Amino acid sequence: MEALIEKLKEQIIKQLNLEDITPADINEEDSLFGEGLGLDSIDALELIVLLEKEYGIRIENPKDGQKIFFSIKTMAEFIQEHQKK
Amino acid sequence: MAVRFVSSNIISSLGFSTEENFQNLLLAKVGIQTFNDPLLYPSPFLAACIHQAELEERWNETNQKVVIATRLEKMLILSITEALSKTKIDISSSRTAILLSTTKGNIDLLNPIESIDPERLLLWKLGEFIGHYFGNPNPVRVVTNACISGVLAINTAAMMLKGERFDHIIVVGADLVTRFVVSGFMSFLSLSQTPCKPFDRDRDGLSLGEAAGTLILEKTSFPEKGDILFAGGATANDANHISGPSRTAEGSVIAIQNAMSEAGFAAKEIDHINAHGTATRYNDDMESIAIQRLGLSESPVNSYKGSWGHTLGAAGIIETATLIESMKTDTILPTAGFHTPGTTEKLIVTKEPLSKPLNTCLKLASGFGGCNAALVLNKK
Amino acid sequence: MTPQITAFCHIKKNQVFLNGKSIFSAGSEVDMREFVKSAFRNTGTKYPKFFKMDDYSKLGFLAAEVLMKEVDESTIEDKSTGIVLSNNHSTLTTDQLFQDSIQSDEAFFPSPSVFVYTLPNIMAGEIAIRHHITGENAFFVSSAFDPDWHTLYINQLFESKKVSACLSGWVEMDDQSLDAFVYYVEEANDQRDESMQHTVEKLNNLYKINDK
Repeated sequence: MEALIEKLKEQIIKQLNLEDITPADINEEDSLFGEGLGLDSIDALELIVLLEKEYGIRIENPKDGQKIFFSIKTMAEFIQEHQKK
Repeated sequence: MAVRFVSSNIISSLGFSTEENFQNLLLAKVGIQTFNDPLLYPSPFLAACIHQAELEERWNETNQKVVIATRLEKMLILSITEALSKTKIDISSSRTAILLSTTKGNIDLLNPIESIDPERLLLWKLGEFIGHYFGNPNPVRVVTNACISGVLAINTAAMMLKGERFDHIIVVGADLVTRFVVSGFMSFLSLSQTPCKPFDRDRDGLSLGEAAGTLILEKTSFPEKGDILFAGGATANDANHISGPSRTAEGSVIAIQNAMSEAGFAAKEIDHINAHGTATRYNDDMESIAIQRLGLSESPVNSYKGSWGHTLGAAGIIETATLIESMKTDTILPTAGFHTPGTTEKLIVTKEPLSKPLNTCLKLASGFGGCNAALVLNKK
Repeated sequence: MTPQITAFCHIKKNQVFLNGKSIFSAGSEVDMREFVKSAFRNTGTKYPKFFKMDDYSKLGFLAAEVLMKEVDESTIEDKSTGIVLSNNHSTLTTDQLFQDSIQSDEAFFPSPSVFVYTLPNIMAGEIAIRHHITGENAFFVSSAFDPDWHTLYINQLFESKKVSACLSGWVEMDDQSLDAFVYYVEEANDQRDESMQHTVEKLNNLYKINDK
């Protein structure tokens, strides 16, 4: 889980062009949107692409995104759960 | 001095002339259908495309010059040719200019086609090609401003006619349904699984469409009774978000206000509004808010996109051309796909054709980049 | 009265010029994309969204940022300030980037954040958000910077009272080079430099002022 979280942080920084932010700046429990990392609706769509491209997981209902992408931790949990299947 | 509309053409999934399209819209026909073409998108999707065989047939009939052209160029040339054929305007005159509206032009040339100059991917080269075809001596001006391109091009044409240089402006616009555009809108999760339902409670996204359209504008000191005149137009930016419309409809409100003030009409004088009406949740809600904020809620509203989809750079042109026919016949067209109201603010959306004197009408458009446009038409 | 140019900014050959004077530069060995980023950092503006933009928007945004430091933003009338831009390539290099993500069926991952930038007017949208400009918008494409069209269009906007100020210019880029010339036009005013009228001749002159 630790390793997955670290990898996710790096992937998100790269995919979303978060210049001047390092993995150490991101707390895995902080919210990704709004106050936390300040991501917006286009970033949310980009995270859907990231899950599919890097982990082969397809989100069928975009409304689920809100819960899945709440924080790095919730994302990692979701990936772990769906990769096992 | 006034600016009047003297001719038009529409080439879409619903036909090859303004008249044919108008008749089909009157019957609320839907040109949107399922495509299963892996070259366009890996899985089936919905779109409204121009009939391929008929396009080729018309091209072979019309094109005596043995010019090799792309699909988009054929659409543009055929559209101008047909609109022009109903007038006596000399397209080779220095007093006539061409304005091209498109979002992506020949974007399919990213994969080169043999015997086509790959430079025609560049929008100004595309414009130049069209200008040369018709022997027009002026530079073809190219407007590319997302989904307001068409309305902005008409506003620009009217502005050009206020100066001394031109008597006629030919506004032409087109965009294709390509892998590029379909994939992009898919990645935005903006495409509906069913033909789109503008302003409907259950709307869930837009349908893409393919079209070309032409409007010819003329400067005149003596408009005649029944002429449809360009009365005013404006654009504005939400300054809020690059892909989502403003929750307060800020930019749309400013554009409408400025267009109405240029035209010199008050809200109660607007007989009908042809909205952008893409059938995404946010766009249609936003338009309902703009219409309510400006006290326009009593004017019947419709959208043509339930019939021919969202035709991007052509949209503002073919929709204005249709609105002009609507005004000439005093008939508000139905909104295909609309059944149950369901926007933030209440609107009167037309389900059936509605007869009503149409003297002053409003056309709206909005697009990515937070841009909004409006124009006002008036019957002399 | 012909409106007047009150500030102008050039960016090309790894140099940023404001009103004709060089204010930032990088050696010719520096990659032009890296140059744009360091020039933006040099403005002192903290704006993380800048780094998410495509190359065209970054260039236009940078030019606007440098230019608008010359404009007293408290004087901006949001609704009557316009943005009118043009270039040659529309968004061709970004188009190619998006096309690469959809070219094959095996590696088919269309990126929404690339797609949104495949419209050149997004640049105007980004500038509008940053400086809260809500007036007229237009983006035109031509083979070269066209002072004739810029003056015709913009002066007409002033004459019809649609704008009282306008951020305008040319923001061009291809794989090898970039060239931005962005300027601010305001209503004519006696207190301003009379020679800075928004005319074809003046624009031609200013556009080439930093050519050596």
